[in-house]
Amino acid sequence: MAPLLEVKNVSKSFPGVLANDNISLTVNAGEVVALLGENGAGKSTLVKMIYGLYPPDSGEIFINGNKVELTSPKAAIDLGVGMVHQHFQLVPVFSVAQNVALGAEKKRYGLYDSQQAEEDVAALSQKYGLAVDPAVKIEDLPVGTQQRVEILKVLYRDAKLLILDEPTAVLTPQETDELLEVMRGFAKQGVGVIFITHKLREVLAVADRVVVLRNGKQVGETKPSETDQAGLAKMMVGRSVVLDVKKELAKPKEEVLRIEKIVVKDDRNLIGLNELSLSVKAGEIVGIAGVEGNGQRELVQAITGLRKIEAGKVYINNVDATDSSPYQVHKMGVAHVPEDRERDGLVASYSIADNLVLNRFTEAEFSKRGVRQVEPIKKLARFLVEKFAVKTPSIETNAGALSGGNKQKLVIARELAWGPKLLVAAQPTRGVDVGSIEFIHNQIVQARDNGAAVLLVSAELDEVLGLADRVAVIYAGKIVAELDAAAADRNKVGRLMAGGDTN
Amino acid sequence: MIQGEEAKKLHPTLSYLVQKQSLVVPLIAVLVAFLIGSVLIALQGVNPVGAYQTIFNAALGSERGLLRTLEKTTPLILAGLAVAVALRVGLFNIGAQGQLIMGAFFATWAGFTFTNLPALLHVFVGLLAGVIAGGLWAAIAGVLKAYRGVHEVISTIMLNSIAIALLDYLVNHPFKEPGQALPRTVPIFETAQLPKLGFVPVGFLLALLVAMFISWVINRTTAGFQFNTVGANKFAAAYAGIKIKYIVVASMLLSGGLAGLGGAVESLGITYRFEPAFNKGLGFDGITIALLARANPLATIPAAFLVGVLRSGAPSLQFDYGIEPEIVDLLLAITLLLVAAPILGKLIFRKYAKKSETISSGWGS
Ligand SMILES: Nc1ncnc2c1ncn2[C@@H]1O[C@H](COP(=O)(O)OP(=O)(O)OP(=O)(O)O)[C@@H](O)[C@H]1O
Ligand SMILES: [Mg+2]
Repeated sequence: MAPLLEVKNVSKSFPGVLANDNISLTVNAGEVVALLGENGAGKSTLVKMIYGLYPPDSGEIFINGNKVELTSPKAAIDLGVGMVHQHFQLVPVFSVAQNVALGAEKKRYGLYDSQQAEEDVAALSQKYGLAVDPAVKIEDLPVGTQQRVEILKVLYRDAKLLILDEPTAVLTPQETDELLEVMRGFAKQGVGVIFITHKLREVLAVADRVVVLRNGKQVGETKPSETDQAGLAKMMVGRSVVLDVKKELAKPKEEVLRIEKIVVKDDRNLIGLNELSLSVKAGEIVGIAGVEGNGQRELVQAITGLRKIEAGKVYINNVDATDSSPYQVHKMGVAHVPEDRERDGLVASYSIADNLVLNRFTEAEFSKRGVRQVEPIKKLARFLVEKFAVKTPSIETNAGALSGGNKQKLVIARELAWGPKLLVAAQPTRGVDVGSIEFIHNQIVQARDNGAAVLLVSAELDEVLGLADRVAVIYAGKIVAELDAAAADRNKVGRLMAGGDTN
Repeated sequence: MIQGEEAKKLHPTLSYLVQKQSLVVPLIAVLVAFLIGSVLIALQGVNPVGAYQTIFNAALGSERGLLRTLEKTTPLILAGLAVAVALRVGLFNIGAQGQLIMGAFFATWAGFTFTNLPALLHVFVGLLAGVIAGGLWAAIAGVLKAYRGVHEVISTIMLNSIAIALLDYLVNHPFKEPGQALPRTVPIFETAQLPKLGFVPVGFLLALLVAMFISWVINRTTAGFQFNTVGANKFAAAYAGIKIKYIVVASMLLSGGLAGLGGAVESLGITYRFEPAFNKGLGFDGITIALLARANPLATIPAAFLVGVLRSGAPSLQFDYGIEPEIVDLLLAITLLLVAAPILGKLIFRKYAKKSETISSGWGS
């Protein structure tokens, strides 16, 4: 029988980049194929061609043995190809069933048949083990469940091939494990899955086969049974990668950030931070461990001036920063790596150079009497692109054209470049490849050693435990425990994160 | 913190209009509009080629025609700039017309009120009065948007009506020319009149300079950077420490000031008085011009010139063929439809669009 998907000698270039160079890929029904590769290797480009978002420059794509022209996502969907977008395309005020059926509604007397839709969705979620209540509104669901709705949408349109481009980047570890389970379930039902991730653990846990890309070329193929994390990392990067962070013991000095009993509301106007107190000293990394949604986002936004503080105080270098604007906070020496780089951290239609001064454009070096200084901006951009190995044909390229991980590197580069006194980093390595994670971690440690105070917020418990000198556990808007890195073992922190106590 | 109305991203159509700087879409839009126009002209039993020739001849063929065309183009450049500047920030200033007539009136007012001012200074004061009047009028919409979340399209439309009513009252009552049947003001003093350089109206040169200046502000200054950033991504603008509310108000102030200047130049350079029948439709043509120019300040010059040529040449259709000059409104309306609807661009750039648009923007992409 012909394979479900066969990609033959496909190439694709963008101005100045050969993103895919003669790639061939086969996916059989009932198989999970992991695509692995460094940032900018060409993974997203490849799957976007399979989903009809870009036409290939050359090469052929076969589905069930038939050569196909995928001129649009609609053409791909009609042929049974589905892709789940990371930025969800859901209507918040619609129910799960309404969202799933939207655009492919089954009609009764020419009207939308809500009962039928709910039954269909219930049947689908039953069949694939995607537990979700069809009648609930999207806005009331956590991120992981919204993603399930996205997947249901694709299945509702009879997808036989499911493409997931870094679906786990925004999931909690618990949600990730559930998704991996669901993916195995698809395979059992005969669906083919293409799964892109940077987390090697996930690859080993779920994939039947692993295809590795580097610099647009196919550099190898392997099976989880024949390799381990170190082996995969080496295949990807072409060298051995140190997966553990190496650092000296911290030498904390004066207090840089002091938070006293702040109360902050969340997006739903409920209490997000409940009299939270925290202190970070120069020369130390404090990691916030917690299950997502326990106030991490509100904490970061409160410190950086993006969220109103209802009560309590924030001091930066002993200066009251409680009601400061983002601009004032920045001027106090605070760098902020935002959690959502696409939304907050970048302007997609701006060049890389302009993005690298996005929050520094008023500095004397880059602006004289209100006139932008183009040459110094370019000089900085060239330096940072080189230093942080941002993969791009030029500093004039739009940030929107960068691969996901390279966008992240751009933000990190900008925020570390100016020697901040306090670095507030939310999910600093989200979507970043293993080699670059190593690099970014080293940069953060180096900032610490140069005397910066670092507040690290990460959904990756391993990242927090590996990088932090002190671990603060957040639960229900409060810091419920602070542990020395040495005393913070996985189990203990895990229990605290769930709201339990240590004993 | 950003919330509610403010948090909404720039309307996709607007961001599309601002981003695609390509020349092809506007050119084809104009071409298609002319083609459709020819059909309509032919339906009236007139040879379209001849009709178009008449327009261009009347507008460009003589020194008098050219002067009239430049005079028509001048306020159009400024009105186009007004709309373009707001578009940069993601605001759709439908109210350029109201701001323009406010500017026209107050420039006139300064022109007939101040006595004994030296010529140059009087002109300057007149222009300034127009800029301030238009700017403040638009700033009302800016403040409503920034602090009350009122959509600028709604508020500027309403401000248009209010401006018309207000000025109607002013020229019918307190500022009515004594002994005149027509509702109009007295003429401005000669010291307030904008002169000509050779046969080129000084107002036209001023409009060119202003367009270059605005282009420089938008592309080269930190103020322009803030305008563009707010228009391109409000969240990133807030993150970058840009005061969004302030920028919204400032950009409307600038936008309205430009429209007001357009009205002032018209009053001080052409009409020499204010009459509600003057300045009709200039602000609305400004919308067409800004969209045709894809919100690029320098491109408003050729776009305004094109509209100026049509407006200046159209009346001759009446003499030569008996065609109503409103055919030009039709041409412009079709052009506007074609540039404003992204469909045309999508059709032309079908392949290209797919290559460049980031449709999915996941962590992986
Ligand atoms: N729309 C585009 N325009 C220009 N260049 C692009 C575009 N999309 C991707 N590229 C370039 O193609 C290359 C491959 O990008 P792609 O997004 O496929 O990488 P990736 O393997 O998905 O990386 P990541 O792991 O960071 O998501 C990169 O160099 C990127 O800059
Ligand atoms: Mg990618």
